[in-house]
Amino acid sequence: MIRPLICVTGLYKQYLANVPVLKDINFTIEGGEFVAIMGHSGSGKSTLMNILGCLDTATAGHYYLEDRDTATLNSDELALLRNNLIGFVFQGFNLLPRSSLLDNIALPLLYAGKSKAARRAKALEMLGRVGLAELGERLPNQLSGGQQQRVAIARALVTDPKLILADEPTGNLDTQTSEDIMKIFETMNAERKITIILVTHEPDIATHAKRLIRVKDGQIDSDKPT
Amino acid sequence: MIIGALLGEGWSAMVANRMRTLLTMLGMVFGVGAVIMMLAIGQGAQMLVNDSIASMGSNLFIILSGSTSAGGIRQGSGTVPTLTLADAQAIGELPDIAAVAPNLFNTAQLIYASNNWSTQVSGTTPAVMEVRDMQVISGACFTDSDVRAATRVMLMGQTVVRNLFGDENPVGKMVRVKNSPFMVLGVLAAKGQSLDGRDQDDTVLIPITTAQRQLFGNQFPGMVRMILVKAKSAEVMAKAEQSMNELLNTRHRIHVGQENDFSVRNLTAVAQAAASTTEAMSTMLGAIASVSLLVGGIGIMNIMLVSVTERTREIGIRMAIGAKNRDILLQFLFEAVMISLAGSFIGAVLGVACAYFYSQFNDTLVVVTLSSVLLAFGVATAVGVFFGFYPAGKAANLKPIEALRYQ
Ligand SMILES: Nc1ncnc2c1ncn2[C@@H]1O[C@H](COP(=O)(O)OP(=O)(O)OP(=O)(O)O)[C@@H](O)[C@H]1O
Ligand SMILES: [Mg+2]
Repeated sequence: MIRPLICVTGLYKQYLANVPVLKDINFTIEGGEFVAIMGHSGSGKSTLMNILGCLDTATAGHYYLEDRDTATLNSDELALLRNNLIGFVFQGFNLLPRSSLLDNIALPLLYAGKSKAARRAKALEMLGRVGLAELGERLPNQLSGGQQQRVAIARALVTDPKLILADEPTGNLDTQTSEDIMKIFETMNAERKITIILVTHEPDIATHAKRLIRVKDGQIDSDKPT
Repeated sequence: MIIGALLGEGWSAMVANRMRTLLTMLGMVFGVGAVIMMLAIGQGAQMLVNDSIASMGSNLFIILSGSTSAGGIRQGSGTVPTLTLADAQAIGELPDIAAVAPNLFNTAQLIYASNNWSTQVSGTTPAVMEVRDMQVISGACFTDSDVRAATRVMLMGQTVVRNLFGDENPVGKMVRVKNSPFMVLGVLAAKGQSLDGRDQDDTVLIPITTAQRQLFGNQFPGMVRMILVKAKSAEVMAKAEQSMNELLNTRHRIHVGQENDFSVRNLTAVAQAAASTTEAMSTMLGAIASVSLLVGGIGIMNIMLVSVTERTREIGIRMAIGAKNRDILLQFLFEAVMISLAGSFIGAVLGVACAYFYSQFNDTLVVVTLSSVLLAFGVATAVGVFFGFYPAGKAANLKPIEALRYQ
């Protein structure tokens, strides 16, 4: 039997004593799924995403990523998972301001220990795939928000991860640009079977996903196909 | 992470805050510059002292005649001549003494052809060669029979040769001293500066008897100004000093409680004191300069702490895309060491240049050794690592999510 990519059981998270932000979260996500997470502001979506991305740890319960209990991994093992299994796309793009687009995209490969030539070749390929091939030497602040988000997507994809976590990736973009970005996600999911988990406030954006999880007050409210 | 990439990251961080990097580097520039310059000056002084000590001769005593005391006012040593050739001979027969050279000296004008030169003319015996570790490099030394016969021959120091003869070979030539012709028998090997800064090559040696009878005259028969004595070894110096004092007390009929009319000085001890003084001085100079290295290091730590705080978000991003703690640690450590090394390099260049100009303007010897430059660089790297470690560790130990959320 093929194990699910993600399996969350009885997950709790609290920042302050006795104020749980996530309460008894349970779900599984199979490889290749495209999941949207929605919910009111403050309902705990980002908190959940950070735990799924191994950036933060749960207070109680288990999170199995490819069958590994993430609670038992040390910081180096978690860094390795983030590097080669997970790609992040943030609302605020989070590109390094002093590095060129190519250097930004190649950075995960640097931490993966790839050679300079390999890093550059792969970064160029990814930049071309998001349609910005000629802009490689520019700095992030010389791009529009939509362009920056494409670069961030290229960076998330550069290590060929199995899982993309996107926390409000279109939150800072207009409708048309948002549609363009969502097309890229759809293509990735359809063509390369990359699992995508996406947080959004906009129902239109959520319709691009195939499954919708609603979070309410730190608990799963509903979980159904779109 | 790969070294080349680390260097690149460090460089781009340094360039991003040019002014700040430069100001931080200044601490190291001055620190390393000061250390190198101070070491150069200290080592130069030490080298001068060591050379003079080597040129002086080893296990050396100097015996000076005593001071006058007229109406309670005492003059310096040697103002009243009391020592004689016979004293020198008697000292030479003591068991611990290797050689004895009496000396009667004065300044005199030397004339050769159209040149003239004023120098110190010392009457002495051939034993001076052994006592003072002197050598004749061309021609020959005068002999004991020259001393017995009071012949007019001389050995010439290099400075005198240069001033009287230029490039000419002086051996066999006649030089006039106080209207008497003297034949140059030989040329002395160069000795350089003495401990008190005199030019030891600005001298001529003649037989002591010639000096006494023909050049300077005698206040009493056999008078000498001083006696140079070489002991057989360093171990017998104290014994030799005591036996010379006893011998001269007897010979000069000085009773217990009476003041000596001579003084025996251990020159080797004086020289060693001078050597240890300069060594202590150069160590102290180096130590003081090191304090500025320390201050420079603290400056680096300060800036690195600021830099880590400023770049918390960047650290979070790097961690999110797979940087391990070690990668972050190395990145900031490299940056600190690069700043430190760049500063040290400029400091080393500046230090060497300053040492050079210092020696030009003060006409002193400064010695920049490779080891002092390497030491300064080594210390600078150590400073970078040491003071960079705390900020870098702080960066590496951030939690990914907290770094990422940092505003
Ligand atoms: N570091 C923290 N310390 C304390 N409380 C926190 C911290 N981070 C988040 N919270 C709290 O946890 C709750 C959930 O926050 P979270 O960021 O997950 O919400 P969200 O669903 O992503 O909201 P939004 O849609 O506005 O992004 C909020 O009530 C917030 O105040
Ligand atoms: Mg959120």
